[in-house]
Amino acid sequence: MLKRVHFGSSWLPFALVAPQIIITVVFFIWPASQALYQSLLVEDAFGLSSEFVWFDNFIELFGDEHYLGAFQRTIFFSFSVAFLSMSFALTLAAMADRVIKGATTYRTFLIWPYAVAPVVSGALWVFMFDPTLGIFTYTLGALGYEWNHKLNGGEAMFLVIVASAWKQVAYNFLFFLAAMQSIPKSLIEAAAIDGAGPTRRFFSIILPLISPTTFFLMVINVVFAFFETFGIVHAVTQGGPAKATEILVYKVFNDGFIGLDLGGSAAQSVILMLIVISLTVIQFRYVEKRVEY
Amino acid sequence: MIEHRPMVTFVSHLVLIFGVAIIAFPIWITFVASTHEAARMVQIPLPLLPGDQFFNNLELTLFKGLQGAGAPPVGFMMVNSLVMALMIAVGKIAISLISAFAIVYFKFPFRMGFFWMIFITLMLPVEVRILPTFEVVANLGMLNTYWGLSIPLIASATATFMFRQVFLTIPDELLEAARIDGAGPMRFFVDILVPLSRTNIAALFVILFIYGWNQYLWPLLVTTDQSMYTVVMGIKQMLEAAEQSPDWHQIMMTSLLAMLPPVFVVVFMQRLFVKGLTETEK
Repeated sequence: MLKRVHFGSSWLPFALVAPQIIITVVFFIWPASQALYQSLLVEDAFGLSSEFVWFDNFIELFGDEHYLGAFQRTIFFSFSVAFLSMSFALTLAAMADRVIKGATTYRTFLIWPYAVAPVVSGALWVFMFDPTLGIFTYTLGALGYEWNHKLNGGEAMFLVIVASAWKQVAYNFLFFLAAMQSIPKSLIEAAAIDGAGPTRRFFSIILPLISPTTFFLMVINVVFAFFETFGIVHAVTQGGPAKATEILVYKVFNDGFIGLDLGGSAAQSVILMLIVISLTVIQFRYVEKRVEY
Repeated sequence: MIEHRPMVTFVSHLVLIFGVAIIAFPIWITFVASTHEAARMVQIPLPLLPGDQFFNNLELTLFKGLQGAGAPPVGFMMVNSLVMALMIAVGKIAISLISAFAIVYFKFPFRMGFFWMIFITLMLPVEVRILPTFEVVANLGMLNTYWGLSIPLIASATATFMFRQVFLTIPDELLEAARIDGAGPMRFFVDILVPLSRTNIAALFVILFIYGWNQYLWPLLVTTDQSMYTVVMGIKQMLEAAEQSPDWHQIMMTSLLAMLPPVFVVVFMQRLFVKGLTETEK
């Protein structure tokens, strides 16, 4: 990874990496090590004294039904978001791959929710489902269904899932379409000559060939749902009603900034870091083993 | 097209149009809400077709802000967002370019050590280290400043990796030729490397601008002073105020304004956007 022809050592390379390294140390490595250290401490309510308690914070977390509940909820939430947005995007990409006329126009219309901030996406959906004024609430009411996500936990969960998946469709669509378009046409033609119709070709040829992309998107979507949906939850439900939509990232924020439980919040941060690390490792291993057509 | 099946093509178009309609519906509703006056926005059912108050609402939101919520005018928050987004995008690109240059073109002690340190940042998103990072920023006195908003977010492993890949594809002969002509390292960097990576820089800029503009959790923590609010967090404040007085026409106008710059960038720089997205995410 070093160039065969390169410059020798002097003060210059150190000066060049310095800004990046200083920021990394001050804002990443130092805070992360602080989180690690704090996760082993218990502080009293006034922050006057602290005691080293080894792994008590972690043991307490895993004995805490609220935490385990948040864990289960996050997993359910992440996989629902991934499944919903990926299946929707896959269907549209398969169709866009077929049509020749207008494919780029469709792409333009489908990709821009990517640019919408999670909070804004939350605001749009909360407006449409507003319990008194929302347009969907009105429609559902006309059909005889009382919608109120401020009281019903299941409905609140549904709303944050839809708001998150809506935003993610654009990204998934782009990657699915790119993967489908990189499949050699000769493969599809050979199958067509053998008498396979469009549906058969999709399930027997296209779907298996794009499976690496599907796996990659799965990881990306789970990471998105785990860490980047804070804004959506904060805008739509604030974790409620009765913690029905309190996902892990929201709980770290809530326990740390609102509840001021430093040790517990730090322990939760450490667990989240472990999750990011394992997801990153999975993602990189996949890149190594990229399938060649 | 492999075979001629007009029916299948027709159904494909139908599904696509249906998909576009579902994706676009929330935006349409937002736009419609921003074109009606306050009185119309509390009558059930809410309108599905635009009204004629768009410019009134625009003026009201941009220059006055939401009355009652005590928030600053939205125009003001948009300036803050723009400054933050530009600082993050430009900062990330600048420090990643020079550190990738150092790692690829110099042989110096701890080279790989530095590389791995940068790599680690990939595994530490803001969301998992919010409390300690907040403490660091508070201790440095950077709360409620543009520096506090942007600097903690500008270290970037992905951008450094991308530039490293780009530099590795640049032929060695270029450096040899530059050296024979008497160019030093910085001369080579400015006159040869940077111009050669121009498209990559542009593609990355598009992605990072969107990333910076859409930041939410971090501005929420480090700004307590209203004069530093960004538009994306302003929406949340307005939603809270909406519990008492639902000024949806203004909230939706703000949402529209908040998504306008990044959406504009995606639609009009689509080629660069797609390039940036596919190159940074692997």
